Amino acid sequence: MEGDIVQMGAYIGAGLACTGMGGAAVGVGHVVGNFLSGALRNPSAATGQTATMFIGIAFAEALGIFSFLVALLLMFAV
Amino acid sequence: MADKVEGAAQAAESAPGMPQLDFSTFPNQIFWLVVTLIVLYLVLSRVALPRIATVLSERHGAIQRDLDKAEEMKRSAIEAENTYNKALADARAKANDIVNEAKAEIQKDLDKAIAKADLEIAAKAAESEKAISAIKDSAVQSVEEVANITANNIVDAILPEAADTKKIKVAVATRLKG
Amino acid sequence: MAKEEAGNGLVFHPMDQFEIKTLFGDGPVHWYSFTNATLWMGLTVLAVFALLVLGTSRRAMVPNRVQSIGELAYGFIYRMIEDVAGKDGVKYFPHIMTLFMFIVFSNFLGLLPMAFTTTSHIAVTGVLAMGVFLSVTILGFVKHGFSFFGLFWISSAPLILRPILALIEIISYFVRPLSHSIRLAGNMMAGHAVIKVFAAFAAVLAISPFAIIAITAIYALEVLVAFIQAYVFAILTCVYLKDALHPNH
Repeated sequence: MEGDIVQMGAYIGAGLACTGMGGAAVGVGHVVGNFLSGALRNPSAATGQTATMFIGIAFAEALGIFSFLVALLLMFAV
Repeated sequence: MADKVEGAAQAAESAPGMPQLDFSTFPNQIFWLVVTLIVLYLVLSRVALPRIATVLSERHGAIQRDLDKAEEMKRSAIEAENTYNKALADARAKANDIVNEAKAEIQKDLDKAIAKADLEIAAKAAESEKAISAIKDSAVQSVEEVANITANNIVDAILPEAADTKKIKVAVATRLKG
Repeated sequence: MAKEEAGNGLVFHPMDQFEIKTLFGDGPVHWYSFTNATLWMGLTVLAVFALLVLGTSRRAMVPNRVQSIGELAYGFIYRMIEDVAGKDGVKYFPHIMTLFMFIVFSNFLGLLPMAFTTTSHIAVTGVLAMGVFLSVTILGFVKHGFSFFGLFWISSAPLILRPILALIEIISYFVRPLSHSIRLAGNMMAGHAVIKVFAAFAAVLAISPFAIIAITAIYALEVLVAFIQAYVFAILTCVYLKDALHPNH
């Protein structure tokens, strides 16, 4: 019985951790959206900044990946 | 229920949930990864990248050469156009010269011919004038002669003893002049 | 967990594909044994070899398709290093090219059905990230000595804020290898696990059309992610390299 409760807690925790991925999605969307609105104002400067955009995406996405990792650890490793 | 949990626990023991966290396989992966990376690095840095670099620089050089050649060809084309234009201008000038020369020659011939004609006309005019004056003289003379004869006859008829041919001639001449 | 659901027909084995097995013999995985990870790493090397060595073997002035792709990859990484790390970063072009080609081909080969994705393992990406982290840090100290600490001491900030900023900078500096490695492994693992989950749903007749369409869509996304993650790994390596070469911003 106790094992069940622990498992239940782990699963609930995994589900909750997945909400973090939504945050990452918001973050990535924010980065790309702002890049695009800036790029449409000044298209000539945009090409030089795509690398910066990808770096920003990577940082925003990494945190979502962390939450996914927590979910996986709760699902399979705990 | 308990059986199931036990089974799950056993399953988890025999094969851990996340293969990524199975530390017993780490040495194997790390060893082969290092081997792979070293092989890849050697292949790339010794063979692939220098070759691509030479290909790219050769292509760049070839494109540059072709561009230079095109530039040179363009320059020579412009030069050829210039020489062509110059030759055209020269030919035009020469043609003008020829035309002018011919015109001048014709003018000269014409002048000569006109002068000759003028001379001829003048000579003919002088001759005619001479002829006219001769005719005029002869006519005057004839008039005088006729007048003399007439006067002589008249004087003979009226005053036969007064007839003096010389005096009558002078009188007629003065009369004719007057 | 999987066993109890076997009776329902709905079987989830999303993580089975990441298992490391010896290919010859049944014994435990020793450090030298030939595993599926070894096989796919070897295939990665062969693929890179085919693209960049065999593809360019004609050294043609007018490239064919394979040679164009090789030259494209070359120019892509070269320009990226020049843009991000500066002219003096070009010296490390072969290293970054090695990383990029390994990751991008591992990712793409891992997308083949029945394939094994080497980059989905923390061990692999961790070694890559730690290698980048250590070599960049050592490079910074060799090039600049003690003044490499200027990276953490931001002289353009007000003096009161500097210790706080230095603390933040130091933390973010040491988190780098962690995020660097987990980003790649996590992305690869997540995509493949999601595909596997949808594959399990495809066994249920009622929702199998939806599941198959979903697999196709996720697969397309994964192709994109496979490239972007390799690109991001390479570009972050360039950023770290720039920090090592020009620590005073």
